[in-house]
This record gives sequence, C-alpha cells and structure tokens, in this order.
Amino acid sequence: MNTAGPAILAEGLTKRFEDFTAVDHLDLRIEKGEIAGFIGPNGAGKSTTIRMLCGLLRPSEGRALVAGFDVDREPEAVREHIGYMSQKFSLYGDLTVRENLRFFGGMYRVARKDMGERTRFAITMAGLSGREDALVRTLAGGWKQRLALGCAILHRPPILFLDEPTSGVEPEARRRFWDLIHDLAADGVTILVSTHYMDEAEYCNRIALIDRGRLVAMGTPSQLRSRHLGGRLFEIRCAPLGAALQVLRDAPGVLEAAIFGDRLHVLLGPGGLDETTLSGFLEEHGVKAQAARLVTASLEDVFVQLVSGHHEGQA
Amino acid sequence: MNIRRVFAMAYKEALQIWRDPRSLAIALLMPLMQMTLLGYGVSLDIKHVPLCVFDQQNNQQSRGIVERFVSSGWFSISHTLTRQAGIRHAMDRGECIAALVIPANFSRRLATTGSVGVQAIFDATDVNTTNIAIGYMQGVVALINARIDARWAAAHGVRLPRTGQVDLEQNTWFNETLDSRNFIIPGVVAVILALVGAQLTSLTVSREWERGTMEQLISTPVTALEVMLGKLVPYFVVGLIDAVFCLAAAAWWFGVPFRGSILTLFVTTALFILVVLDIGYLISVRIHSQLGASQVALLITLLPTTLLSGYTFPIDQMPAPIRALTFFVYPRYYVTILRAIFLKGSGLADLWAPSLGLLVYAVIIIWLAARAFRKRLD
Ligand SMILES: Nc1ncnc2c1ncn2[C@@H]1O[C@H](COP(=O)(O)OP(=O)(O)OP(=O)(O)O)[C@@H](O)[C@H]1O
Ligand SMILES: [Mg+2]
Repeated sequence: MNTAGPAILAEGLTKRFEDFTAVDHLDLRIEKGEIAGFIGPNGAGKSTTIRMLCGLLRPSEGRALVAGFDVDREPEAVREHIGYMSQKFSLYGDLTVRENLRFFGGMYRVARKDMGERTRFAITMAGLSGREDALVRTLAGGWKQRLALGCAILHRPPILFLDEPTSGVEPEARRRFWDLIHDLAADGVTILVSTHYMDEAEYCNRIALIDRGRLVAMGTPSQLRSRHLGGRLFEIRCAPLGAALQVLRDAPGVLEAAIFGDRLHVLLGPGGLDETTLSGFLEEHGVKAQAARLVTASLEDVFVQLVSGHHEGQA
Repeated sequence: MNIRRVFAMAYKEALQIWRDPRSLAIALLMPLMQMTLLGYGVSLDIKHVPLCVFDQQNNQQSRGIVERFVSSGWFSISHTLTRQAGIRHAMDRGECIAALVIPANFSRRLATTGSVGVQAIFDATDVNTTNIAIGYMQGVVALINARIDARWAAAHGVRLPRTGQVDLEQNTWFNETLDSRNFIIPGVVAVILALVGAQLTSLTVSREWERGTMEQLISTPVTALEVMLGKLVPYFVVGLIDAVFCLAAAAWWFGVPFRGSILTLFVTTALFILVVLDIGYLISVRIHSQLGASQVALLITLLPTTLLSGYTFPIDQMPAPIRALTFFVYPRYYVTILRAIFLKGSGLADLWAPSLGLLVYAVIIIWLAARAFRKRLD
C-alpha cells in the first residue's frame, strides 16, 4: 500500500450505462482512517461508485486510486487491500457461519495460524457465539450483516467499502453496527460507507452527498450544516399541513418548506417573511398556525435543501 | 495460482453439493436411468416390423401361423399377397421389411412328414433392422414349434424359416444382434457422460450470479483459474462416480465383454470427464441464468453427441464434410476409446490418437473457460 497519498482518490470518475450516466465526473478524496459517509437518494449512483472503486465496474471516464492502485489497471492489487460488503447480502446461505468464514479466509489467504483467532473474533463481533454451525440463511438480518462485515475484514484490509450495510436492519442492530465501524476506524481502517438513513450521516467524519451521479456537497456534518443551508430554519406547528405547504411555496423569502412529522420546517432567506410575520401570513391564508420557532438544522434539512436546489438548477 | 484458494473453493462447492441432496441424487441416478432407457432402446426399439404375407395354403392352419406372427407384437401385416411377384414390389416401395411365404402343400406336408419349410424374405438394406427382424422371426417360429400338436412335437416341428440369408444359421444371427449391442453400449456410456457432465457444471457459476454471491466472490483476489479448478474438483468426483455406474452397467447389466485394463479405462475416462465438465463450466461462465445455462448445455451437447459421435451412425459411412466435422465432437474420441478398451482390450499405447484428441480438447476448453471468467459486473 502506498503510504503517502489518500486512501481513496477519484478524479472525474464517470460511469455510463449505454446512454444513461449513473456517475457523473465524481471527485473524491478520502484520507486514511476516515469514516466517509456516502449519502444520496435511491439511484443516486452510490453503489455504482463503490463498485468502480472495488474494481467491479470499469469507469467509463476518469480514474480512481484505491490504496494507491488504479482501479482500472490494477484491480487485483486493489482487491488485496480492500474489504467489500455489497448492498445485497451475498454470503452463502447454504453454508454455516463458520464455513462462510473459512471460505473467505481461504479466498483472502489469511495465514492458517491466524485463522482460529480471526474466526473467533468475527463470531464474537457478530454476536454469533453458539450459532457457529447454523446455516447462514436461517439468521436474522442484523446477524447476517454483521457476519458479512466479519467476512469482509477477516484479512484486516486497510480500506473497507460498505454499501448500505444497515438497510433493513432494526435500529438496535444498526447502532451496534455503527459501534463496530467506529472500532475499526479507531484501528486506522479507512471506511467508505453508504446509507440512506440520514441520522447515520452524523456518525461519519465526513459526508459526500451525491445526487443523480454528481457530488453535491462534501464536508464534515457541522461544515455542511453551516455552509449549505443559506438561511435560517424555523419550525412551525400548523394545520392543515398540505395547505400550508401550498401557501408557502410561493411566499416571499421562503427558500424551502417541507413537512417534518406533524409540523413544517421552513427555511427563510433574507427579505420577505421572517419569524414574526410567518404565522400571521399563514393565518391570512386560512391556515391555523402557532408561533414559529428557530431550530438547529439537522443534516436531513441540509440534504433536502441541497438536493432540491440541485434539481432546480438543472431544470 | 494458489492451492489454498483452490482447496477453499473446492471445499465450499462440495458442501453446497452435499447440502442439496435432491440434486445430488439426480446427478447420481440420472445416468443409470438413461443407461437403461438408451441401452434397451438401441436394441429393442424396433417393433411391428411390416410384414407381407403370401399364404398359398390359406386354410385355418396356415392362417393360424400368420396370426401368431401378428400376436407376437413384433410384426404387423402390411400386405396379404396373392402373387409371389408382389413381394418384390412391396419391398421396392418400402412397404415391408420382411415377407413370409407359406407353401400350398403346407398342411399336407406337416401332416405326413411332421416338418415343413416356410420361406422368409428380408429387405437387407438396413442391416441392423434386418438382423433384429430375423431374430424376431426365429422367436415366433420357436413359439409355433412349441405349440405344435403333442403328437408331432414328439417327432419334429415346423422347420425353421428358409431364406437365402437365414436358413440354418440362426444362432449366428442372434449373436450378431448381440454384437451390435456390444458395439453400441459403450457409445451410449459416452453419450450419457457427455450430457450429464455438462449439466452438472452448467449451474455452478450461474448459481452464484442468481443468488448474488458472485459480487462478493469477485471482490476477493481469487483468480479465474482458481475458481474454475476449485469448482471442478467436487464435480469431477461426481462425474467419476457416474462413469463407474455407467461402465459397470455396460459390463454387468448389458454384458458387454471387458477385455482391457482398468488403468487405461480410468485414465481415459478421467480425461473425458474433465472435458465434459469444463464445457459445462464454460457455458455457465457465459450464461448468467441457471435455466438458460442448463438448456444451452443440453442443446449444444445433445445433437452433436448423438448424431456425430459415431455411437449409432458409423462415422466412416458419413459424407466427407460431415466426417470432418466429427473431429470437433469430443465424444467421438471417447466412443472410439471405450469400444477399443472393451472389445479389443486396447491399451493407452494403442489409443494415443483419440486420447491426444481429448487432451487437446481439454486444454483448449480450460483455456477458453479461464479467459471467459471476468471478475467484473459489466
Ligand atoms: N448495470 C446497470 N445497467 C444499467 N443501469 C444501471 C446499472 N446499474 C445501475 N444502474 C442505474 O444507475 C443508477 C445508479 O444506480 P446505483 O445502484 O449506483 O444507485 P444507488 O445510489 O446505489 O441507489 P440505491 O440507494 O437504490 O442503492 C440507477 O438509476 C440504476 O438504475
Ligand atoms: Mg445502492
């Protein structure tokens, strides 16, 4: 592994499927030991990017270095240095926990003397002690995911790609999974993890937001919050919500309005409405509204803002 | 190539075979079933041989004789003639393969001498069919003899059918049909192993695609050659067991004489199994759906193997361009090898040419299959 340079570097990385561009000139730079979050709506191109970085898809354009190796020209060298967990569960369901571990240990040529200890570690980590001989297809989602992680790190790769590792897993298991990711990062492993759970974005050191194959924003969670909102965010209880949304769409000074649970989040720019006039404006238009309250933006607010702004820019 | 990975791959594949006992049972029993079907098929598939009858006697007794031919199920009467010349005519037009002529003095001669000759005439254009028809004819005559009135049974029976070809040499004719079976059964073994072998491996790569395990597999540093060898090892064992079943059935069930050495048989059979498995593997690499792969495997092995391997249609009787084509049909080498080992007791030294053919085939297919395996999703 190249000891200088970033763990993952992509320059103008592009993937086209016939005339459809799934990933569009993506630039990425992820330093060693970072947990980088890959966030974006369905079909944004997260999996496609990760697959290119693992050498599983050939870039149509641009280049990427992983652990200092070119993913297109030296895919095998890349594979020696990475662990990959695909979005769709892809261990062998008709093999037991232990057999899957033994198989991937073999594929990665984990030294035989280390196998016992690594297998035990993976089993403990996945919380599968006592179920070593259960067929993998009989395990519940959270265990499967942790076992897949166990298989992907058997050979102690310096770089890990995890494609939506927590999708379809119950919250408690998701939290445990993120604990594991943080433990690995503490040991110096670089991790690129994609997710569509916004709350998980907060667990990452840095976040890359992608939409329609483009990198929309990249930064730490707090950078994203302060840099990209472009206004102040207010929360307002009102009813009916749908009508309120209609009214605010074309109201002066409203940058963005979105339903957030049983209330509205409204992003106000300079000029036009402000916190004192907002509820009055709604009442005028026949919506019952309480007083607006300034709130700290969540990352979700930022994403909604960024992604919709991006779409308008395109239209 | 790393032997550790090959072992890990082989172990995993063996476990998967083991965990799917239904498929394993099919893989092991199918060849035996096909062996009985095809093995009996080749020697007994002719029924209702079209027969012309020229019954000059035409009384109750002679009609009883004709009835016996019909009720045997082996013959069906295509024509009842009134002139000897009609026989030639019917045969020329392919309306009958055999003709039976009962003399006008049939009943009288049987009554006075206790023995009478009937004439049987065969169209020998298709020697195989004719041989079988002759065998049937003798069977019917033997039945008739057994039923002749007890008075006459003590003395003589109906004499056997007299024709230029048949006459006294009945036993030789029976052996002749057996001989053709000896000739065909080894071919049947080759055909079955070619079909079953390709089926076995046609699923191994496509299964990984269908179940989604391929993506994880190709993200590891495993090489195409390691994947292939690892996957072939357990199927090689299954294929060898199938071969043992089929060859044992050929020798003991169908009674084909085995005059060669087990070692020669083993070496050549192993080589052949390697070729057929790798052809299935190559298909599996190219076609990502299990159903598609298994159908393509059936399609591209069935026709060339049954038509061009020489197992029923002799290669030296084919037109030259088609004969040239048979060199690409790998089972032809094994058909040749098996016949030579079984019937002539040939050793490896005698069989270098067809063995080399198989070896060249194996190398080319392995090379193609290793090249065809791409560690990419696009
Ligand atoms: N092999 C392919 N051929 C054609 N189009 C493809 C292919 N793979 C992906 N796509 C398309 O590329 C786009 C990006 O897909 P990708 O799987 O990378 O999205 P994603 O961000 O991972 O989405 P999700 O959250 O649903 O997993 C999608 O519109 C998808 O339909
Ligand atoms: Mg995806």
